[in-house]
Amino acid sequence: MKLPRFSRKTLCIPYAVFLVFFVIIPMCVILFYAFTDRQMHFSFSNFLRFFSDPTKLSTIVYSIVIALITTVICLVIAYPVALILARSKLKKKFVILMLFVLPMWINFVLRVNALRELFNLLSQSEALSWLENANIFKTIVGMVYDFLPFMILPLYTTMLKIDTSLYEASADLGGNAFTTFFRITLPLSMPGIMSGVTMVFLPSMTNYVVSDMLGNAKVTIIGKFIYEYFGSDWHMGSMVALVLLIVVFVSTLLSGGFKSEENVRGTNL
Amino acid sequence: MAEHIIELKGVTKYFGENLIIDNMSFYVNKGEFITFLGPSGCGKTTTLRMIAGFELPTSGQILLNGKDISSLPPNKRPVNTVFQRYALFPHLNVYENIAFGLKCKRVINTYRNDKGEEYTKKERLTKKEIAAKVKKALEIVDLEGFEKRSISTLSGGQQQRVAIARAIVNEPEILLLDEPLGALDLKMRKEMQIELKKMHKRLGITFIYVTHDQEEALTMSDTVVVMSDGVVQQIGTPTDVYNEPANTFVADFIGESNIMNGTVVGQHKVRFCGKDFACVDDFPVNEPVDVVVRPEDIRMCAPEDGMLTGEVISVVFKGIHYEITVQVGKYEFVINSTECRKVGEKIGMKIAPDEIHLMKPKFTTNVYDGIITKHNTVRFGDGEWECDVTSLYPGSHIDEEEYLITKEGEKIDLTDTEVRVEVGLNDITISDEEDAGGVMGHIISIIYKGDHYRLIVRTEENEEDFVFSTEDLWNENDYVSVIIPRDKIKLTLKPKGKEDEA
Repeated sequence: MKLPRFSRKTLCIPYAVFLVFFVIIPMCVILFYAFTDRQMHFSFSNFLRFFSDPTKLSTIVYSIVIALITTVICLVIAYPVALILARSKLKKKFVILMLFVLPMWINFVLRVNALRELFNLLSQSEALSWLENANIFKTIVGMVYDFLPFMILPLYTTMLKIDTSLYEASADLGGNAFTTFFRITLPLSMPGIMSGVTMVFLPSMTNYVVSDMLGNAKVTIIGKFIYEYFGSDWHMGSMVALVLLIVVFVSTLLSGGFKSEENVRGTNL
Repeated sequence: MAEHIIELKGVTKYFGENLIIDNMSFYVNKGEFITFLGPSGCGKTTTLRMIAGFELPTSGQILLNGKDISSLPPNKRPVNTVFQRYALFPHLNVYENIAFGLKCKRVINTYRNDKGEEYTKKERLTKKEIAAKVKKALEIVDLEGFEKRSISTLSGGQQQRVAIARAIVNEPEILLLDEPLGALDLKMRKEMQIELKKMHKRLGITFIYVTHDQEEALTMSDTVVVMSDGVVQQIGTPTDVYNEPANTFVADFIGESNIMNGTVVGQHKVRFCGKDFACVDDFPVNEPVDVVVRPEDIRMCAPEDGMLTGEVISVVFKGIHYEITVQVGKYEFVINSTECRKVGEKIGMKIAPDEIHLMKPKFTTNVYDGIITKHNTVRFGDGEWECDVTSLYPGSHIDEEEYLITKEGEKIDLTDTEVRVEVGLNDITISDEEDAGGVMGHIISIIYKGDHYRLIVRTEENEEDFVFSTEDLWNENDYVSVIIPRDKIKLTLKPKGKEDEA
């Protein structure tokens, strides 16, 4: 009997199976549900219902705004840290980096819970009682807390790759600290910014665990929306999921995420 | 007298605990092509970086046109650098790279207002001015039409040219070049050497060039600064440095040399290889000296006419000349000659008096500060050594409790006594075996001296050097243990004063 020839292609079979069952088929199912009604007849009714309902549209805008604020805050906090760490000659900088990344290794739900308890405790006091109803504020703090490492790591790895002699060259050619930053450091760290932004922006639009636990269930983001619909109306839920997919696709397209450049999302940890 | 554009005054640089530049002083004349030459780690790049402003001297001054610029940041210095690996900005194209410095620049323009009064304004260069300057710079480096090219599409040689254009477009007073040709292949390097030299003539600015390649230094420079261990060994024209090396390091590093131990036996007379030779250099009689003779300065003749006679033991064809090794007694000489000789042939050798260079030997003995330990051993040079402490007090002996009993019967505890330790150049041996000696170190220098090698072993901890002669061939960087026999460690007490203070 002739044994089947083993080739490198054979190694792809497990992933191909995975791809079919967990990516392609579910996508088709979502598409199917999104464009059918309860009688399983083809219809645009979900589509029309979604875009004619102001609450649904505002939820999307709301999610995007929250995600944007979270992303900007993460970037503002992470950029200087990553820059200082990447440029420092400290032998112990690995330890400092670990301190930023370590929370990622503790259970996510536990961390959010802890934060909630902390807010509750703080809002007991007179001066901080406003915290009790500052649902958006608490949600954003929670998201920044959770997603910050995803911003620091790609920034740090990108900045490590910048040859320090480029900073010297810029200074040598008469560039002051300001010029060096805006004309050398910033453009060269752009790939890191882009991947950091994608890695924070997308989850903060969909991760409703944070908004649920910290926002007293009063902050509804698009992820929560989908979850709720799948309790009752699969067809509408699928449509929302599809809209989210398109939003993500467009935002990735805009941030240049599809450029086949080297992937900087990989981390050293 | 030429104007000094750069002057270093007693510049010292430490990186942490390590001394990189040791009290360096020299000057550079305006418009000259000066080269810092030395083996890697000799401090030449650090010196260049201090002139550029990337490193600040720990102490000392750097003067530019007589003004102290030691603490000025790099962007305020009228100096531009061509970096070792070019350091071109990868996100900018050729034009943008070259224009970078011009865009940072502010020039003072003078205007006349309506009332006819003159006033000045600090302004950026206009786009037109920048474009014209970039174009000119590209012409100088022969890269016309490359403006739009991205850096990653350029070859090493082209990147090199862009790096030079980017520096010279700013019209610096001094152009610093940090081993700029190191990454190019041999042929390319030769071409660039000639081009750089031409550029230097054309631009008329001062070039400070760093290299470890002695041929490159000799070919291109007006002045060569030979450095080693953070110290200037010699400054001179290429001819001077080659023909009149200041010491055996320079002689060995620049070109090839036959280096031998000799003794001065009379006025302008030196004895080496068992024969007396007439020479030009003047040294006191009976002084031990290093004798340096260049391989091309030895003439071959019939055996009976020679000052020395020997047997040819190897002949290597080197293209322009033959490298002939001759055994004279137990000494070996290398001769470069266009004439060929056969292996085994007996030949005579003649050396003209002015081709024999005498130098004061850098090392005559090893001296260390040592401390006696509890067990009557001595600690110096990063190691602990067996020694004869009774030699400190003539006629003394050690009792069973390890105390020293002097001739007069006085009992002395020698622990922590500071002593001066002397070890002769011929009293040290080394071994591959780790525990064979008192301390381990790397061989940092090997100089062949005709019938033996002069080695320097440096320890890792405090960089203590052991200098000695050996007949065995070792390799540079070998990690060896240093062996000194007990009776070869000469101890003398340090002046009493110190002990009293303690």
